[in-house]
Amino acid sequence: MDRNLLHELNRARAARRAAAVVTDTQTGEQRLVPERDASGDPLSDELQRRFRSGRSGLLEDGRTFLTVSVPPPRLVVIGAVHISQALVPLAAVAGLDVSIIDPRTAFSTPERFPGVELIADWPEEALREHPLDDYTALAALTHDPKIDDVPLAEALKAGCFYVGALGSRKTHAKRVERLGAMGLAPEQIARIHAPIGLDIGAQSPAEIAVAVLAQVIQTLRRGRTVAEPAEAKTAA
Amino acid sequence: MNDAVLAGDVLEYAERWLGEGREVALATVVETWGSAPRPVGSHLVVDAEGNFEGSVSGGCVEGAVVGEALDVIGSGAPRMLEFGVADETAWRVGLSCGGRIRVFVEKIA
Repeated sequence: MDRNLLHELNRARAARRAAAVVTDTQTGEQRLVPERDASGDPLSDELQRRFRSGRSGLLEDGRTFLTVSVPPPRLVVIGAVHISQALVPLAAVAGLDVSIIDPRTAFSTPERFPGVELIADWPEEALREHPLDDYTALAALTHDPKIDDVPLAEALKAGCFYVGALGSRKTHAKRVERLGAMGLAPEQIARIHAPIGLDIGAQSPAEIAVAVLAQVIQTLRRGRTVAEPAEAKTAA
Repeated sequence: MNDAVLAGDVLEYAERWLGEGREVALATVVETWGSAPRPVGSHLVVDAEGNFEGSVSGGCVEGAVVGEALDVIGSGAPRMLEFGVADETAWRVGLSCGGRIRVFVEKIA
């Protein structure tokens, strides 16, 4: 392996960008393919499949190996609320990198959320520092449009693999109108999981947290939508 | 995904070691059959002194991989290794779990 290739791979990883190393294991010949260049690569289909699954592997020719590097999935929770107090530790156990954003300092206290990245700031400020990406899930849980709407719009624009919002169907219908007025297309808005969480009859905040986490995992493992924004980016 | 995170750290070690002027080889699990302890894509990085970070098995074959990696650092030519119960040296460096793995070893230069 060329040391420059290793350097570029590590840079992509640090920036939370997916990349693959294509190696001919007979000759040792190698190239690095960033995800954004995958559509123009001779192995385009294979690469795009593997970027979705995150799995490295040998191709059918028995000699070409793809080392696939995708960022660890992250969960951004909007709202330091009661549901979040259960969701955050559950998600951490499941292996997600979790952060919470809530500008209301009465909610955003380290006592309520020990040992987790807690940002007591408005989402628009917080997301400027920590931008959303394809490998991030966003759950908006405040119930307050002033706090939830902007990060929901940002999550849809950034192509977050999961976007969920708390609220009844009626609340969500009004939200759909507001997001439309913010310039989002109906098919983008339709990606929001609302009411949030798998339908398991959850009642308590902790049960809702389980339903939300299960839905995040289901979307990650079965229904990633990474391909759509990636294609849109390539076309642009 | 914890595997991916750990594998990533190994690549950072590789770059750090290169920066310190150490000669480095990278071993990668490219294929597994049966119950293999580490998934495809797992890395082990080795320097010319035999120091290593990461893993390609649960510790069963690392010793042998490090030995081969030293040869690869010397020659610069990559090689493919195979370990498993079918291996004649299984009693020495086999996988006790009964699986079989192929490991690609290359020098980083």
